[in-house]
Amino acid sequence: MRYLPLTTTDRQEMLAKIGVRHIDELFKDVPADCLNPDIDLPRHKTELEVERHMARLAAKNVAAGSVPFFVGAGAYRHHVPATVDHIIQRGEFLTAYTPYQPEIAQGTLQYIFEFQTQVAELTGMDVANASMYDGSTATAEAVMMARRVTRRKKAVLAGSVHPHYRAVVETTTQYTDDEIVVQKTLPESPEAELKAAIDAIDETTSCVVFQNPGVCGHVLDLTPLAEAAHANKALLIVVVNEVFSLGLIESPGAMGADIVVGEAQSIGNGLNFGGPYLGIFATNQKYVRQMPGRLCGQTVDAEGKRGFVLTLSTREQHIRREKATSNICTNSGLCSLAFTIHMTLMGEKGLRALAKLNHKTACDLRDALNGVAGVEVVNQTFFNEFTVKLPVNAAGLVEALAEKGILAGVPFSRLDPTAGLENYLMLAVTETVTPDDIAALVAALEETVK
Amino acid sequence: MSMNNQGRPTTAQNVGTSFQPFESFSGHQGLRLAEPLIFELDRADTTGVDVPEVDDFEMAIGGLARKTSIGCPGLPEPDAVRHYTRLSRLNYGIDMGVFPLGSCTMKHNPRLNEKMARLPGFGDIHPLQPISTVQGALALMGELSHWLMTITNMPAVALSPKAGAHGELCGVMAIRAAHEARGDGRKTILCPESAHGTNPATAAFCGYDVKSIPAKSNGRVDIDALKAALNETVAAVMITNPNTCGLFETEVKEIADAIHAAGAYFYCDGANFNAIMGKACPGDLGVDAMHFNLHKTFSTPHGGGGPGSGPVVFSDALKDFAPMPYVVKENDGSLNLKEWKADSADTSLGRLTAFHGQMGMYVRALTYMLSHGGDGLKQASEDAVLNANYIKASLMDVMSLSYEGPCMHEALFDDRFLKDTGVTTLDFAKAMIDEGYHPMTMYFPLVVHGAMLIEPTETESKFNLDQFIRSMRGLASTAKAGETERFEGAPYYAPRKRLDETQAARQPVLRYSNNQEA
Repeated sequence: MRYLPLTTTDRQEMLAKIGVRHIDELFKDVPADCLNPDIDLPRHKTELEVERHMARLAAKNVAAGSVPFFVGAGAYRHHVPATVDHIIQRGEFLTAYTPYQPEIAQGTLQYIFEFQTQVAELTGMDVANASMYDGSTATAEAVMMARRVTRRKKAVLAGSVHPHYRAVVETTTQYTDDEIVVQKTLPESPEAELKAAIDAIDETTSCVVFQNPGVCGHVLDLTPLAEAAHANKALLIVVVNEVFSLGLIESPGAMGADIVVGEAQSIGNGLNFGGPYLGIFATNQKYVRQMPGRLCGQTVDAEGKRGFVLTLSTREQHIRREKATSNICTNSGLCSLAFTIHMTLMGEKGLRALAKLNHKTACDLRDALNGVAGVEVVNQTFFNEFTVKLPVNAAGLVEALAEKGILAGVPFSRLDPTAGLENYLMLAVTETVTPDDIAALVAALEETVK
Repeated sequence: MSMNNQGRPTTAQNVGTSFQPFESFSGHQGLRLAEPLIFELDRADTTGVDVPEVDDFEMAIGGLARKTSIGCPGLPEPDAVRHYTRLSRLNYGIDMGVFPLGSCTMKHNPRLNEKMARLPGFGDIHPLQPISTVQGALALMGELSHWLMTITNMPAVALSPKAGAHGELCGVMAIRAAHEARGDGRKTILCPESAHGTNPATAAFCGYDVKSIPAKSNGRVDIDALKAALNETVAAVMITNPNTCGLFETEVKEIADAIHAAGAYFYCDGANFNAIMGKACPGDLGVDAMHFNLHKTFSTPHGGGGPGSGPVVFSDALKDFAPMPYVVKENDGSLNLKEWKADSADTSLGRLTAFHGQMGMYVRALTYMLSHGGDGLKQASEDAVLNANYIKASLMDVMSLSYEGPCMHEALFDDRFLKDTGVTTLDFAKAMIDEGYHPMTMYFPLVVHGAMLIEPTETESKFNLDQFIRSMRGLASTAKAGETERFEGAPYYAPRKRLDETQAARQPVLRYSNNQEA
């Protein structure tokens, strides 16, 4: 129990100061028949014992970095410079709380201000918040914000949106009277997906949600969708769940988005089996007061020096309680710090170059797969991920390749078993994938797909 | 020969008191280094990463290459390290000193937790890689679930909520799903006045009307008012226990019985669970759903605002409504993840987040639990309560205690002792900064005027507490003696003087832009 600094003597002296004899006198408000229950849990372990236990559990997993790795679908394995993890572990960042005392939290507040600016610039929007739990919950918050802005109830979730994200929107809004229209994913015809979204917009629509690149990897010009939405006074919400793509592809803001949400785990943050991740949320100036989550703003101190504070908190739950904009209370502070450090190391120049390298590697993979009999790449456009159609069940193939030591992507059925897309497989690459990895995948596929 | 004090000797003569502060040419003040925004460093064309050159190739992005600029500078690695190191020095964290932020629970963050979370077998695995390749991760989720269920004596747990407030949402959704499964359209949730602001926000978010229940003069829920408000339209009661006044709800079992007799569910906000873990089980107290804040109770770092993690435990009455995904054991002994509803009879409330929740936080929390063991978790609660009562006993003669009797893990004072001094709770808090402490929680809970909520936690030694008490007694005595100068402009010794929050809200500047005045 090395984290408990009190000694037996300390405890006795303190009980004496308080004026009680036994610690349980301080627990006298707990019903007596419930106090000191018999709890069957192991006794404390030494640091060495804990390390062994955890290492044994960790060893039962196949780490992405140890094999040829092509798994994406909303979480991506990029190289994170050593500097990022080193700096986020500085105690002044790691062990600080929400910056409620701005005079001694300027470090956190300034990086949040920088983060907000970086996210706004990347997405092509005016303003961004201080981050959210993850891309899926940010998407649900965006749908609810569109309802506040438009006072309409129908949200259209396009086929391009990650099925998990759609499920989160549906779960989160199930007890409101929102009408959620979920469209079918069409791996082979992204234009039809876009057209269906356009056709679904009418005068009752609060928002249309479209992901770009889509869940199957397609990259589309969303300008016509923005025009259709705006002609009906609806909002266009664009989901980006591979934020690296913004280094190569035109920003959602430039295409006419009103709200951009997404998953920014790719920059600065590891895979972590799904969390913690980093939700981003950006919008235009006129909607700032409808935006959920924390915001950092610039101001001055009593001497006129520039400083930063959390601001516009009248939207938040601790002020408005049942009238609050959302019930969100925390953000992904440390993940946003990792993002902003990685982004600051890359800069525009580094991000553009890395994004181009991602795309080049994906093009190399496509070319290699086109030579494998039975494997058909369905995408004409993509960033670092695309979909292939197989003559066999994709989930079975992925298991077979895992046994050969290759993690070959995400079967669509893993994302949505009800879609009837059992033969579709999504493969992602990043700058971490080597030509040898691609060769290994191709060789394994040639043996397996017959 | 010593190289110290080269040149003129440092006698009293030349370190005299007539020194006038001056503006340095750099803007720095010794170790306090001024740091501009990255956007002001004019590094538009540099980068701190090495990227292999890519020859031109035919891109497949539909002609949608980005034409708009990405107005983000790149700093060479040495400059980036300096930028963030300098920023870090403007922050106060638990590693620097006592952080008595009541209701937020700032305790020591063991570095072992960090080391374990970074094992490649945990940190570098993908949520969608084949289940056969993540058996250790699922086993870890199973172990964490076992610890959480055992220490609460509750039969089910949902790990996926991403933060405490997200856990509340999960719990209230399960309650609504349970009522609806019976065809019962109850409309109201009762929340005590002292509830966290997220409680009523969550209830409203799930489509409920929120009715407030007052507190009694002893700081507990007014059970008569609660009973009077309970009827067949009430879906649930949300109670924080120990409550936000730092007190245990003595009548909790009677409250639970009344809730259940009315056909409603008992939601417990478990933010303060660290006061009773190992000492009492929510399951024994009649709770139907309770979220944990893993970051508070099990020491995962707060990181300047998150990430959190908010698993929820459920009673038998609610467990069939838990969200997906969750870990199941197959007949062959392997572990699997249930990620989608199998059929229409499935009553799960659905999916609350993409993927499986905050795995990184699960690793840290389990590491902490294994380190403490069942015995240590109980000792941690006892020490947290002991430390809070020691603070209370040591300050009650100079500050005004809000409620009599033992407190749990936090001690609640209010501003009566500052009456007629001209010093406000805020001034007092800012003066604590000059003493080298992070201020306590102020103005919360709302049921007390000028609240000051102090939570020392179990990881402070008696030596640290005695130093802290000395500062607090000094400040209280000084204020009451009318020596208020140190409070008026406080903090004097912080990186910034008091900041103008009104200006920030009236004229929001939420991002840097090229044309703004720096």
